[in-house]
Amino acid sequence: MLTKRIIPCLDIKDGRTVKGINFENIRDAGDPIELGALYAAQGADELVFLDITATNERRKTLSELVTRIARHVNIPFTVGGGIASVEDVNVLLQSGADKISVNTSAFKDPELVDRLAREFGSQCVVLAIDTRFEDGDWYVYLNGGRVKTDVKAFDWAKEAVNRGAGEILLTSMNNDGTKKGFAQDITGQLSQHLNVPVIASGGAGNMEHFVEVFQNAQADAALAASIFHYKEIEIPALKTFLYNKGVNVRF
Amino acid sequence: MKTVIIKYNAGNIRSVQFALERLGVNGTVTDDHEEIMSADKVIFPGVGEASSAMRYLKERKLDQVIANLQQPVLGICLGMQLLCKHSEENDTDCIGVFDTAVKRFQSPVENLLKIPQIGWNNITGLHSVMFEHVPENAYMYFVHSYYAALGTDTVAITNYVINYSAALQKNNFYAVQFHPEKSAEAGGRIIENFLNL
Repeated sequence: MLTKRIIPCLDIKDGRTVKGINFENIRDAGDPIELGALYAAQGADELVFLDITATNERRKTLSELVTRIARHVNIPFTVGGGIASVEDVNVLLQSGADKISVNTSAFKDPELVDRLAREFGSQCVVLAIDTRFEDGDWYVYLNGGRVKTDVKAFDWAKEAVNRGAGEILLTSMNNDGTKKGFAQDITGQLSQHLNVPVIASGGAGNMEHFVEVFQNAQADAALAASIFHYKEIEIPALKTFLYNKGVNVRF
Repeated sequence: MKTVIIKYNAGNIRSVQFALERLGVNGTVTDDHEEIMSADKVIFPGVGEASSAMRYLKERKLDQVIANLQQPVLGICLGMQLLCKHSEENDTDCIGVFDTAVKRFQSPVENLLKIPQIGWNNITGLHSVMFEHVPENAYMYFVHSYYAALGTDTVAITNYVINYSAALQKNNFYAVQFHPEKSAEAGGRIIENFLNL
């Protein structure tokens, strides 16, 4: 039986792991390769590396980092952050990434999703959406949550899936950094109406939150960062907890 | 010992090379007929689409080279499907080492099936030297929309709505639907077992 996935997310800046609390106040939390290999050994099901470096050198640094990760990590990993073209993706996949995630660039140029799916297959195209609930609905935000759009998260997710996105990584900005739990309503809406896996992100604070997002919202995977980096929750303990609550997980 | 990875228009070749590296083995990526035929072990990986992959292989006569290999061959994911007889993916005639049909997952009417299957699933009914020291119900990483049906060559089973072949074996041909190169320790063990054949 297919298991629910636990995915630590490592934000990368200049080759180091950082975590933005509510997309601000960045703090250093270690070396990405060591941390990634550690999570893999502990039973993480996948990893996400999100590059937030803004310099011109970033593309080369990132592909070198991806190669180092691929050499050392024996579980699948996704790379995201600033990816805007077929060529960007080609370099990252050739470097050893299993999947890539696109966010703002895909929203601005939705045909990018078609091109990537056609070129590399839907299985490696993850659409990341940052969303905030306001005025009665969930809206798409761009540029790391700084730019609001008037498009609803559900509508954009549905369009992207039709264009060939193979997974949705959904981050609730209302929940991110709060440690009060995942956004179950929008996660559930997407998961139950789209025929691709949905990765819930933003708000994990305790182990019960993972049970809720898997059982109530039917998320296929749950992603978290700081609670893993600062060892507030350790993956083996989380998996045991989930198993005891009846959630199917891999050991 | 010389291990080659067949180079063609399909992804994930680098991951396989790195997985070999972690086991201390250097994998040569090549599409050279002589080099493939003279290798001790041949790995046929792949993530991609069946008809374009078959077309590419046929243009280079790699399909015939592969079919006639006598040394141990390991097909992975699309590589496994291409070793089967026929794939529903764009109605493609494949290499035909395994007399097995490759079909698309079908969503049952009453609920929504997510396709491709992405993630970790358990393998059961293990009976191949590939699985030595791999426990029954071990979890492997799968990413696929098409599956090989059950048949006489099935040596491991997985369930995603239906039971299908997680692995096939016939004579010197070994094949797995999942990605051993991405399946943590248990996957590494399978590759190691293959290399030790």
